[in-house]
Amino acid sequence: MKPLPSIGMTIPERQHDCDGVQQMLYNASLWNGHRIHFDMPYATEVEGYPGLVVAGPLIGDWLHQVVDEWLKDAGMITGIEYSNRVAAFVGETVTAGGTITAYDAETGSLTLDVFVKNDRDEVLAPGVITARLDR
Amino acid sequence: MSDLLTEDILAHIGKQSAPRTEIVTRRDIRKYAVATNNRQKKYLDGDVAPPLFHLHLFWDVVPLGELSPDGVSIDTLLPKFPLEKAMAGGLDITYHRPITPGDWLTATRTLTDIYEKSGRSGPLIFYEVLMEVCDNAGERVVSEKTTRILR
Repeated sequence: MKPLPSIGMTIPERQHDCDGVQQMLYNASLWNGHRIHFDMPYATEVEGYPGLVVAGPLIGDWLHQVVDEWLKDAGMITGIEYSNRVAAFVGETVTAGGTITAYDAETGSLTLDVFVKNDRDEVLAPGVITARLDR
Repeated sequence: MSDLLTEDILAHIGKQSAPRTEIVTRRDIRKYAVATNNRQKKYLDGDVAPPLFHLHLFWDVVPLGELSPDGVSIDTLLPKFPLEKAMAGGLDITYHRPITPGDWLTATRTLTDIYEKSGRSGPLIFYEVLMEVCDNAGERVVSEKTTRILR
């Protein structure tokens, strides 16, 4: 892994376009029939959202991915704590990223603060990921 | 002493779902990896499951007639709460080992806590569900604690 981890280092960010086809495939893959993700009249007129809501756990997946892409085969994610705070809507572009907050070179254990934010810099989902580098 | 949480509701703490066992297939991993826009070949080829794949594996599959009108499957582990508007919740997950095709995994969900707090705009109900995913040898694979907030 280059460069080697150090506290305060940011990992490469990743953008995701919350496209309608992907939302459909994601919810179908989960077997999630919640109308707010695919039924525009329901989402806007009944629930009062400005559009189709991006599935919360998909944003959670993007928190994992940004760290996992950086780790590649050098280690594995051992845990995450996160919450969905602000909704994202189909058509938005969001950005995932993170910063290393702890690293133990002896054990290979790593901690990162991670986020997914929208283009107004609102954090949709803050989290903390722990990982272990293979020794 | 809680105002909203009756003894009947609190008696649900400790309630456990029937264990569910599912097999992990390469095709399911590939579908999940594509749908999440994953870019790593090992996941897109289905050689190993990405983290969070257990959500896909254990999302409830119920008959259409048992979905609520908004298309959501009703969580039978939960009592009827006096507050129903769901707010953001949180997840706390531990990954013990990677998941690969051919794994038979069993998930057991337990309602581990229900409590009340006062928020700025009124009372809030919190509940916690622990899902333990184990392999055939009984070894833990994923532990997931979900906290949800109702207002």
